[in-house]
Amino acid sequence: MSTSTRMARRSGIRGGEAASGWLFTAPMIILLGMFLVIPVLMALWVSFSDWNGRGSPFSGSVSFVGFDNYSALVGGGGLAEQDFGTALRNNAWYVLLVVPIQTMLSLFLAVLVNRQILRGRGFFRTAFYFPSVTSSVAITVLWLFLFSSTGAVNKLLGFIGVNGPNWFNDPSGVLHNILGVFGVQNGPAALTGNTFLGISFWEWLAGPSVAMSAFILMAVFTTSGTFMLLFIAALQNLGGDVVEAAMMDGANGWQRFWRVTLPQLRPTLFTVLTLGLIGAWQVFDQIYTGTQGGPGKTTLTPAYLSYQTAFTNQAWGQGAAIAFILFVIIVVFTLFQRWLLAERAVSARRMRLYVQTPTPGGSK
Amino acid sequence: MQRRNSRWLIGAGLTVAGALTLSACGSGSGFGSDTADSGGELTSDSSQGLSILIGSSGDAETASVNAAVAAWSEESGTDAEVSVASDLNQQLAQGFAAQKPADVFYLSTDALAGYASNGSLLAYGDELANKDDFYPSLVSSFTYDGDFYCAPKDFSTLQLIINTDLWAAAGLTDADIPTTWDELATVAKTLTTGTQVGLGIGGEYARLGAFMAEAGGSLMNEDSTEATANSAENVEGLEYAQTLLNDGSMKYATELGAGWGGEAFGKQLSAMTIEGNWITGAMTNDFPDVNYTVAELPEGPAGKGTLQFTNCWGIAADSPNQAAALDLVEHLTSKDAQLSFSADFGPMPSIQSAAEEWKSANPTLAPFLAGADYAKGVPNVQGAADVVSDLNAQLESLKTGDAQAILDSTQKNLEALLK
Repeated sequence: MSTSTRMARRSGIRGGEAASGWLFTAPMIILLGMFLVIPVLMALWVSFSDWNGRGSPFSGSVSFVGFDNYSALVGGGGLAEQDFGTALRNNAWYVLLVVPIQTMLSLFLAVLVNRQILRGRGFFRTAFYFPSVTSSVAITVLWLFLFSSTGAVNKLLGFIGVNGPNWFNDPSGVLHNILGVFGVQNGPAALTGNTFLGISFWEWLAGPSVAMSAFILMAVFTTSGTFMLLFIAALQNLGGDVVEAAMMDGANGWQRFWRVTLPQLRPTLFTVLTLGLIGAWQVFDQIYTGTQGGPGKTTLTPAYLSYQTAFTNQAWGQGAAIAFILFVIIVVFTLFQRWLLAERAVSARRMRLYVQTPTPGGSK
Repeated sequence: MQRRNSRWLIGAGLTVAGALTLSACGSGSGFGSDTADSGGELTSDSSQGLSILIGSSGDAETASVNAAVAAWSEESGTDAEVSVASDLNQQLAQGFAAQKPADVFYLSTDALAGYASNGSLLAYGDELANKDDFYPSLVSSFTYDGDFYCAPKDFSTLQLIINTDLWAAAGLTDADIPTTWDELATVAKTLTTGTQVGLGIGGEYARLGAFMAEAGGSLMNEDSTEATANSAENVEGLEYAQTLLNDGSMKYATELGAGWGGEAFGKQLSAMTIEGNWITGAMTNDFPDVNYTVAELPEGPAGKGTLQFTNCWGIAADSPNQAAALDLVEHLTSKDAQLSFSADFGPMPSIQSAAEEWKSANPTLAPFLAGADYAKGVPNVQGAADVVSDLNAQLESLKTGDAQAILDSTQKNLEALLK
């Protein structure tokens, strides 16, 4: 059966196509293979080995150690586990705040600058996009100045009578601080007594530290411009007829946005959320140039921890293991979000809104 | 469907085959020198020049090292090239992984154990002609597993830096320079005003550890074989620092809006600070108008104490010309070279025979060198850097924290390293 199809394929007029197909794609396959697939596979091997950074990881003296590197991170009970837990905690809060805020802000900006009547649209588009094209190192340095204890941000806060925090040197968690205002200094024993990945649940719930909040603001500031561009492109692709039809049906601006425009933006929304999620989980250069994980390890992220573990601490296997756990986290989140945003049949409850029910009195 | 599957399989097969071929190349290129040990003959392939990798503090240091290396190169006839690393740890690691490391390089105490244990370093200490001239405490900082690995390049100690103008303005005289903890607390309080704090220091182990040393404690014993972090002495040292913090007479530099103790001191946000001799460079360059003097840190319950910091000249085990590298290091650690380094960018010579000349050349900085007699090194066991950075994270909230609990967790982490 299969031989006959193969024969048929070979002998046909299109017989040579497979070969030329491979030939044409070969440069890309070789490039991707050499610079992406093979290094990733090598790193995967390193994460299961006891390679110590000297010579090739494939030499005879390097041996397979199974899940040792991984188990030190997720159940070792030592400093490695505690650091990894702290890094995950910090980054989880970062993602939780950055991704929704930047998506909403970029959509909002896109809708604003997409309006036909706005004067100087080009200027605003460029202005909003500007932070995205500036190098993240430059912006980080700018941020360090703006948010220093005597910097511009605290001066501004001073004008309205607020005594600003010492941003990049304040390790206290924002949620803990808010609870502190209401007199809650220590968590209940159920939270402080039990730990996950080496840090207590009360610490997991600390929220981003004040220092991390400054990074969150920075991420929103720098990335919303890029995503605004994606949304503008999508908005300009939408046909005006659907919106006009909605207008004729009597939908107001608010309804048109939520019920007509936004559903049509679903593919773009998926792109923006996915890119945002990946970028937010991989935050590295801001930390490397800015705080190196301080104050009090509250800006430590898995990506930076991986670098530090490998290059500074010479624990190459563990560093690679962190990178692969991070990889799994990102893939799981992306799949979850894909499922969340998938096109589904309209539910019965929703359907009721669209079904034409003859109204005796007629609408206004 | 079937067709697609088989194509996909071919693609995957090709990729895997490619990966295997490449990785085979990778392992094939190994030199088989994995067992390079210190006992054997030094390599001496004189056809190859030396490469020297340094982490420079600035132009002055780069120029000075360049000049010293060029002088040696002229004399010995071996080519040598100095390059400045932007990220020393990373560039070293890359070199070792590729088995093409720099021949001679700066190496810090906390990186020693990692590279020594994986065989990247040549343990050449015992072959140095000037071996006995180095301060013993520096030698023990660069001894790993009983082997003296590399020649200390220079060193620094922490001492008390005092702003003489603010000192006089507060009505204090030379007789008031503190020699005990109580006196330090008193003058710090006197010097604290609305615009300045008495003592402003970096809130990390590398400064607060001086108080622990004055109380007679240290994180690990001399040979880094036993953790002593939660000893009563260490707790006493930290609790003393805590009382100063709660008094308001001592603050961390970050609280004062400065990056480090020297910046807070230079901006006159603090009247005193605890820093090493590197502060002199910063004062000359950034704050030339601030007058200051250096005094030894006051005695604690266990007498004088301070911390010392040092780097060494590492030589790679994979270097093709170790003999020339050793000769270069002997030249760079010689009295003349070290004194000219010191004149150019400020570190203290690591050899005892240069002490007198250095003191007479730098009479005002003599307290730093005096520290060599009683200074304690920082732990150099593998992984200690992580434990110290964890300790630093906790010390940031020392003011409201529990010294015993902080040190207990450090003790636990250090013990884990020794297993």
